[in-house]
Order: sequence, then C-alpha cells, then structure tokens
Amino acid sequence: MAGYSRPTDLAAALSLLAERRPVILAGGTDHFPARVAAGPAEDILDITALGGLRAIERRGDHLWVPCLATWADLGAANLPAGLEALTQAAAQIGGVQIQNTATLCGNLCNASPAADGIPPLLALDAEVELASLAGRRRMSLDAFLLGPRQTARRPEEMLLGLHIPLPVAPSRSVFAKLGARRYLVISIVMLALVAEFGADGMISRARVAVGACGPRARRLPALEAALAGARPDPALLRRAHLAPLLPIDDMRGTAAYRLDAVATLLRRALAGMVPA
Amino acid sequence: MSGIAFTLNGGAAMLRGAPGRRLADALRDELGLTGTKIGCNAGDCGACTVLLDGVQVCACLLPAARVAGCRVTTVEGLAQDGALAPLQAAFLRHGAAQCGICTPGMLMAAADLLARNAAPDEAAVQDALGGVLCRCTGYRMIIAAVLDVARTAQPDMPAAGRAVGAAIARRDGVAKLTGAEAFGADAAPPEGCLALRAIRSPHAHARFQIGDCAPLLAAHPGLLRVLTAADLPGGNLYGIYPEGKDQKVLAEAHVRHRGEPVCALLGEAETLAAIRDEDVPIVWEVLPPVTFARAQAAEAVQLHAHAPENILCRGRVARGDAAAALASATVRASIAIETGFVEHAYIEPEAGFAVRVGAPGSERIEITACTQTPYMDRDEIAQLLGLAPSQVRIIPTAVGGGFGGKLDLSVQPLLAAAAWLTGRPVRWVYSRPESMAATTKRHPARIQAAAAADGEGRLTGFRCHGDFNTGAYASWGPTVANRVPVHAMGPYRVPDVLCTSAAIHTNDPPAGAFRGFGVPQAALAGEALMDMLAAQLGLDPLEFRARNALGVGDTTGSGQVLGAGAALPACLDALRPRWAALRGAAAAFNAEASGSLRQGVGIACMWYGIGNTSLPNPSTMVMGIDHAARPILFSGAVDIGQGSNTIMGQIAADALGVPVAALHLVTGDTDRTRDAGKTSASRQTFVSGNAARLAGEALRGEILRRANAGPHARIALEAGVLCVSEAGRTIKLDLASMPADGEGLVLRGEGRFDPPTTPLDADGQGIPYASYAFAAQIAVVEVDLDLGTTRVLRIVAAHDVGRAINPQLVEGQIHGGIAQGLGLALMEEFIPGRTENLHDYLIPTIGDIPPIETILIEEADPLGPYGAKGVGEPALIATAPAIFNAIAHATGIRLTRAPATPDRLRAALLAAR
Ligand SMILES: Cc1cc2nc3c(=O)[nH]c(=O)nc-3n(C[C@H](O)[C@H](O)[C@H](O)COP(=O)(O)OP(=O)(O)OC[C@H]3O[C@@H](n4cnc5c(N)ncnc54)[C@H](O)[C@@H]3O)c2cc1C
Ligand code: FES
Ligand code: FES
Repeated sequence: MAGYSRPTDLAAALSLLAERRPVILAGGTDHFPARVAAGPAEDILDITALGGLRAIERRGDHLWVPCLATWADLGAANLPAGLEALTQAAAQIGGVQIQNTATLCGNLCNASPAADGIPPLLALDAEVELASLAGRRRMSLDAFLLGPRQTARRPEEMLLGLHIPLPVAPSRSVFAKLGARRYLVISIVMLALVAEFGADGMISRARVAVGACGPRARRLPALEAALAGARPDPALLRRAHLAPLLPIDDMRGTAAYRLDAVATLLRRALAGMVPA
Repeated sequence: MSGIAFTLNGGAAMLRGAPGRRLADALRDELGLTGTKIGCNAGDCGACTVLLDGVQVCACLLPAARVAGCRVTTVEGLAQDGALAPLQAAFLRHGAAQCGICTPGMLMAAADLLARNAAPDEAAVQDALGGVLCRCTGYRMIIAAVLDVARTAQPDMPAAGRAVGAAIARRDGVAKLTGAEAFGADAAPPEGCLALRAIRSPHAHARFQIGDCAPLLAAHPGLLRVLTAADLPGGNLYGIYPEGKDQKVLAEAHVRHRGEPVCALLGEAETLAAIRDEDVPIVWEVLPPVTFARAQAAEAVQLHAHAPENILCRGRVARGDAAAALASATVRASIAIETGFVEHAYIEPEAGFAVRVGAPGSERIEITACTQTPYMDRDEIAQLLGLAPSQVRIIPTAVGGGFGGKLDLSVQPLLAAAAWLTGRPVRWVYSRPESMAATTKRHPARIQAAAAADGEGRLTGFRCHGDFNTGAYASWGPTVANRVPVHAMGPYRVPDVLCTSAAIHTNDPPAGAFRGFGVPQAALAGEALMDMLAAQLGLDPLEFRARNALGVGDTTGSGQVLGAGAALPACLDALRPRWAALRGAAAAFNAEASGSLRQGVGIACMWYGIGNTSLPNPSTMVMGIDHAARPILFSGAVDIGQGSNTIMGQIAADALGVPVAALHLVTGDTDRTRDAGKTSASRQTFVSGNAARLAGEALRGEILRRANAGPHARIALEAGVLCVSEAGRTIKLDLASMPADGEGLVLRGEGRFDPPTTPLDADGQGIPYASYAFAAQIAVVEVDLDLGTTRVLRIVAAHDVGRAINPQLVEGQIHGGIAQGLGLALMEEFIPGRTENLHDYLIPTIGDIPPIETILIEEADPLGPYGAKGVGEPALIATAPAIFNAIAHATGIRLTRAPATPDRLRAALLAAR
C-alpha cells in the first residue's frame, strides 16, 4: 500500500528514505506535471514540513540555499553583487505561482536539460550537500549532474541544500533566457556569465555556463580563458568557444539556431557588462 | 481518521481524503468548490490558481496535505455578503470574462497582486498574471479591469428600446466571476456515477487486437467493464456530414490517428486512474503512416474506400480566364505558403456526464456536457444509440471556450453508450493531453497563389490552389474545402479568378472547424501577394488595397453582387491616418536604429461570409410572457463565451419593447428550446439574432393585437401586470385569465430565420452567403534581427460589423481573435505526439498581446438584426497576414511558413545575407 508522509524531522525523513525509497516531493512543480497520465500510486515523502530548511542565509564564505527555499525566496533575498544572475533567473522561472512554490533544489534534482537554475549555479561553482542516514557529503554541482534527469544522488539520499561561494573579488553576473513567448516558457537556450574584475577594470576571472544546448548545461572553459585578463568585449567570442555545446533540433528550435542564439546572447551579455 | 485542518475563505475547513492528491481535486471533489478550475493539471494554465497564505499558487501542483494549518482563499471567497468584490466588479464592467474558465485564476492572481500593490502599473499586472492563460479575451480587458479596481460604479442598464448598441455587462457575467458558473467538469453528476476512461492509440496508423480482458478485470475489482466496438448498442459511425459518416466511436481493428479510442474502461475513478495504458491487453501492428507530404505519392495507402488518392473532396471557384489574365498582366506575383496544425487550446477540456432516465418503454438518454452544437449532438447520439431524437436530451453546460473545437462530438458518444448499456450514470473529463491528442485541429495548409494587376494598380487575375490536411476523418473538412475558394482571392474586385482546394486524408488527427475554416491560412498567401504587387507598382500597400476593395455593388469571385453594408472601403478610410503615422514612426525608428531591432508596419484585409456556405442554417427562437408577466426568451443558441446569451436578450428586448434587464432567458436545453443551429461560422448574431428579433416582434404583435393597440404603443411589465399604453390610454391585459401553454407561456411569438443563399454551381458561382463581414488590421512589430524574435507592439483593427449590438462584446471578440491570430503567426504549431500539453504547445500569454485599438464601422446590413453581422471569425483572419507583412516591412524577409518562430525567421535572415 502506497503511503504519504510529511515528517517534520530530518532524521525521520532520512530513515524513511532508507527504508522505503519513496519519491521525494518538494514544490511539486515538476512532480505533478509528470503525473498527468494515469499510473499506480507511489510512496511519497513530502519534505516541505521539515524544519529549518527554508531560510536562505550567508554562512561565512558562501550562501546557503536549503532545499525548501523557493525561487520567490531567492528573488526576495538581498543577494550581494555578483549573484545578480540568480535574482534574474528567479524572476524568469515559470510564472509567479511556480516561483512561489518551486524550489531551487527541485530544479537541480529534476535535472532537466532546460532547467534555468543550472547555468547560473554552475557558473557560480555551487556545491550540493546530500544527506542520508549514513551522513552528509558535498560535491560540486558539476559532479552532481550526470545527464538529462540523472544525478549522483543515491536513492537513500536527499539534497539538503546548496552552497554558493560568495564573490571574493568585485563581481558582476548576468542571466539570459530566450523563449518563444513572454511568460511560462521553456527556454530555447539560457546562459549565465559571471565575471570578477581587477582594479584595472579587466576581467580577472570569468565563468560561463549554457543550458538547453545538450544533455546537460555546460561551462565554456575556452571562452572563460579568453575573457580572463580582457575587458568585457563581445568581439572576444569565437565560434570554437562553443565547442562543448551539443544542441539538438526540437520544436523549440534547431541546433544551428541554438548555437547562433547563444553566440548572440553571449555577445550581449559581454556588451552589457559594466566592470564592478 | 484525522483530517487536514485549514482555514478556507475565512472559515474552518477539513479535508479527509488522500493527503497526496491534488489540492484542486480536493477542493472540487471533496468540498464541492468547483470555482477552482482545472485546465491542465500541470501548472501550465493557471486556471486553478488559489491563494495559499496570501500568495498565488497552482492548486493542481500542491498535495492536499500542504494546506494543513494554512489559509486558503479561492474565488468563492472573494465576494462578501453576496456583493461582488471591487476586483470582480471591475472584471464585469470591463468585459474581462468571456467564457469565464480562466477567470477564477485571473482573479486570484490579481487579488494577490493588489494585496501587495494597491496601484500597480501595466507591467506589474502582466508580471502577476503571467501564469494564467486566457484563450478568449486577448487579455487587454483583463489588464484594464485590474488597473481600474478603484472605480466602483457599474453603468446603468438601458431603458426599453435602448438595449441594442449598449455596452451592457454580460448576462452570465456575475456567475463567471463568483465561481458559480458550471462548466463541463463542474456540473454536479448524480450519485453513483461511474467513471470512464478511453484507451487510445499511441500510433498514427496501426492494426490492433484486444486480448482477453478477464485478467485485467480480475486484478482490478473496481473495474466494471471494458467496452469495445462490439458492445456498442446501436451504430458505431458518426461524422459531421450526413453522407460522410466515417469516424468510429471505438475503432475496429484499425486506427488511423494517434489518439483514436480503441476501448473504454468503466468503473471507479480511483481504480481507472491506477491502470496504466500498457496494462490493457492490446496487440499493435504498427503501419507506416500516410503523411501530408506523401499522401498522394504512389506508395501511400488509401485510407478510406470513398477517398481515392486520399482526396476527401475538392472545392472550386472559377470566373473569367485567370490564366489569360495572369499571362497578360503588367505585374504579377506568386507565393507558396505552408501552415501547421493549430490547436484550439480552450482552457476547458471536454467533460460531461450521461444518465439513462425514464421507465422501461419510454427511456431516454440525457447528456450534460460542454458543446457548441446541442441539436447536432442530439441527432447524432440518437443515430448512434438507435433511438429517436426525441429520446435524447442534450443539456449544454457553460462552455469554457470552443472556437470550433466543440462542434465535433467528444465525450458524448461513449458516455451515452456506457450509460445506456449499464443503466448507471457515467462521467468523463478529458485530461489535457487527451483533449489535445484526440480532438480536431485547424487544417495544415499548402497554398500556392498568384495574382496580377494592371498599370493602374487594379487587380486583374488571381489563381490559387490549397491542399488542406484534413487528417484521418472528414469532420469539417468539406466545409474548409468549400469555403476557402470563395474567399481565397481576398476582399477585392478581381475579374478573373480560379481558386481550387483539396481536403486530403492523412494519419494525422482529424482537422475540423477552427475559427475561420481555412480562410486564415489562405489569407496569409493572398495578403502577401497584395503587398508584393503594391511594391512592384510603387504603390502604398493600403492605397493599393483601397483601390481594389470590394464595396457595395461590386461583384465577388462567385458572381454575387454585394448589397448595402459591404464596408471595407470605410475600414480602410478609418485606418489611413493611423497607417501613415505608424509607418512614419517605424521609418524614423529604423533610420535611427544602430542595434539589432527593426520595426515594421503591415496591413491586411479580410472578408468572411456569415453562416453556412450555400447550405440552409435556420435558427428558431421562441419568446413569450408567463402568468407573472415575465418576458422569457427561449434560446437554443449556445454561448461559448462570445456573448450570445447577452446579445439575444438585447435584440429580443428591443424587438418586444421592454427593458433588457426585465428579460428572462431559458437557454441551452434541447427539451426546452428550439434548434438555433450551431455556434459557428460567426452566425449566431446574424442568424439567431434575426430569429430573436422576429420572435420579439411576433410577441409584440400578439400583445398589441390583444390590446387592440397601434404599432407604436408602449408595453410595460410591472409586478405581474402587462400594460399597453398609447396616446394617453392604458390597457391592462389580464394574464391570469389566459391559459398557459406547455412552456408556461400565456402569450408567445416565434421567430425563424434562414439566410437566403443559393447553391454554387460547378464553377462556384452563386450566392454562398447572405452577408459578409469585412475588416482591415494594421500590425506594428519589432524584430530582433540577431535572434529572429518578433514582438508585436500594436494592433489597430477596423471591423465592419454592420451594427454593434453590444460594442463591448464585439471588441472582446476582436481582441480574442487577434490574440489567436498572433499565436498562429508567431508561436502555435501542434505536432502530434510532441506538443500535447500547454508547455510544449505555446499560446500567447498576457505579456505577448500588445495594446489593441478597435474601430467599429457600423454600416447597417439590411438583412442583419438591427443591421448587425457576425464578428467571431472575422476577428482572427487579418491578424496573422498583417503580422507577416509587418515582418516583411521590418526585415525584407517574406516568410512562407507559419508560425514565424525565431529559428525560422533567423534562418531566413541569414540566408538573405
Ligand atoms: C508551469 C511551469 C513552468 C515552469 N517554468 C520553468 C522555468 O521557466 N524554468 C525552469 O527551470 N523550470 C521551470 N519549471 C519546472 C519546475 O518548476 C522547476 O524545475 C522547479 O524548480 C522544481 O522544483 P520543485 O520544488 O517544484 O520540485 P518537485 O517537483 O517537488 O521535485 C522535482 C524533482 O526533484 C526531486 N527532489 C526535489 N527536492 C529534492 C530534494 N531536496 N532532494 C532530493 N530530491 C528532490 C523530486 O523527487 C523530483 O524528482 C516549470 C514548471 C511548471 C509547472
Ligand atoms: S490546472 Fe493547474 S495550472 Fe492548469
Ligand atoms: S475568458 Fe479566458 S479562457 Fe475564456
């Protein structure tokens, strides 16, 4: 018999996970749409009553985004310069209803190739913290994301939250999303650019990640290298910088269009970047 | 068992059902609060929006358990003590609810916004309401309503004789704003209802065998029965055209499209929900599908015995010698365009229930469901069950959007069969993917057209052929094939024309009726040609159209001479100043532009014949007075959001000479009203409006005769008394002494109208329609050359409506049509198996529709009720071509494939470099 539990205590949730391997339910905005068609009942672990896992806070050198923090929470959080990309992404996920319930961690665990949260968090070198009865472990988001809808999370683990390193140098970041309508739209492509600046106004370090151009979002190391030591300048972008991207043709756009649009959005992101 | 305690609309509430089910289901099914609507169960439509602790959330994405200890507000909680909240009153005043299915979601999203920001600007309204889709209104009136909550006064109702022309609020508006309106899934089914679920083909083309269902039945005690074609009580074949019934209620061994039903499960709802499609023992033999591209190729199998080469039917209009005119012309242009499937995407999925009633020997079937055409449904169900039409009663619910998609049967045949066979009431609500996979679409088209003009800029010839993908079954395919050739040359004087069409069968879903019946697709080709010819002649696109515009006394391609009311020239005159200003502004913008944005301004004209093409389509209405001196209109016209309930009342009240506020309306029940025909072809205002007028006039005549009064006497109905006054003398009719008829009427009048048309000959010559509506629209776009994205900045629409019975409703139709035209132009393309939901199939959101200026041209049509003609479909037709012409103006790119998605436009821009 399938059951529904909504524990308030993390230990209880983790032992349930260990015993029955239920489906984890957070904001439900990916969960329920995947269940419009008929199917047998499942064991559900609703984690939304767990205490102490909602508030976004600065902890030392990083920002802690626990698993129940919603996109609306993130949008309302007063993030420091350099994390603007997250605030911008938060305003462009779904509509307000979705932002009010959907969690960042759900976005990552669902691991859709078109997840808008992934490029900014990849570019910001976010780490995930996983918890199980056996203990906790941290890994980079890059290592966590294995492929489309595949993560390194073990069935007895839940994602406890994210650690986002706070900028150490003066930084700016930007998120850009391209869709075929104004609201509620799955991205054709999206990207995030994070730049740290030296005293001379030059980029000291750049990080770029692009989504919806392959099985999972990718960083662009060659572009990052080309930007380091330079002023933000659209002319620095080369076609070869996009080599890690492997887009496909689908109803939202052709592969060729996606690469072309990414190049345009990257150029615009660079052109619009005012040194911090 | 303890329940989930929470605060609902200010009071204590408890939920006792499964904690993991959707809150929307819990509210509706357990607490009976059906004001919260379900359009998709996937977060895509926002119809289920409620407030959870004061913020908007989708009730379809929340487990019921989540509300424990929280405050929930639903639409039922907005009105206080029976008085509409200011927000609801503003919606009513602004005509912000049409069908009303999105309205609860819109209201809740707006309530959330207004609680945090009492004086929002337009951008804030769009951001807050961006998660709720509306398919009817084009959103502009919703925005206006939210921006205008501060005002409270509702306009006064018009006095007797003043209803026609008044922008009164819709009659059913309050119910749509409080959540009281019952749509297909809201109508309360009787106790003990069985649920039904269709198992549908996952393949476009296949043979199949259904194996032994005994193990399935044994494994699921709540599963009562598996219905197959062999179980159907009467016939299995249905279809729109009497001579072309080709569609099966349940397929027999062979399916011709994805989504075709092969069997039906009958039982307890929870049991059915837990059965996977794969659990049903069906063995499929997949066959190669017939595609639109290859339907006439040598290897294509013939899908229907009656359709050689897969051609269902052809249409043709020929006049003069088009080939010679094209050969000898001064300038010529030609184009080939292609369009895809377009989904109606009404926010209400099909739903209803059926009940077998009556004693043995006099049994009947009653079907309560959303529909655009109750009388056709009645006759079809009678035919399928082997009953007399009088044994079938259709009770239409409120319709949450139709646009042509609810002209075909959906839930009705299986519901009727199941209820008839089991003797138990049966209920069925389509899921969103089911609605999208199984129901009809707009025809994909391939159109080749050429046009020619002389040196003075007068059109001399037009030739066009359109192939239309009619899918697996005929549905309304013949209507499209016949209507397109009449309209394809556009609303212009062209002496020599040859327009042909073919409706072609494929293994795609059946294409049927969708606002415009193929004319919007054809207009994309024709209006491109007008711009191309104007450019060759160095003429302004508007002036070129004005030079050729059909007007009073002109002859159409069908040889029909247009009478009074053909007002395209007036539409163009009205647009001329806007056109000049907008073209100038765009030129100035582009001259300054250094980045990637370019603006363009395009124009397109359209015409549309009102009512059926050369076929009778009568409407009958009854109006009467009961013992209590209440005037009652019995209207069989289904209001699908366009407002016919309101319009018929305005017309009938004026015809009788009483205030419209006094009128009672009985609507939509085949037992209580006469056949008013279907709500399609933009015919209800024109055809049924005439029937309502005639009924009102007949009743007035009867009253005046009894009172022995002259034609200008005043009729007054007060507190159970009917008075007729004239020149100082007042006669009181003694209603109490008059015998009441079966409908409770003591005085009655009946009106019937059938538009005068004649059959078309083999060359399409004749009088296909009694009246035509005309329009011209301007679109202003901004194209991002580097991304290929197009934003529409503004639409100006001049519509010849004859007479606006209710200007607000007319404007609402125009806005909604424009929104659908914008979707067709820029984003909508249905791909079977891939876009069967509202996140892969995109319709415009509140942020995609620009400000719209509507200009109503009122040159009375002598045949129309008070001069009125239809506007439902005309609203949509000019929009997409105007946008395509605007894109061409901005970029120099003449796109030939709709929709103009960013990747297509960008590819064309790169290719043109
Ligand atoms: C209408 C609509 C619009 C949308 N628009 C966008 C958009 O613009 N951009 C975008 O990126 N996404 C969008 N989404 C997708 C979705 O809203 C996001 O992915 C969201 O962030 C998911 O979070 P959630 O809390 O709702 O996840 P849930 O649905 O609760 O869970 C998602 C998945 O993650 C797992 N999971 C959740 N939390 C945990 C955890 N702590 N530990 C382990 N596993 C966990 C669940 O088991 C499930 O498999 C949209 C969805 C809808 C319905
Ligand atoms: S029903 Fe909830 S969003 Fe459509
Ligand atoms: S009024 Fe919005 S969907 Fe009909």
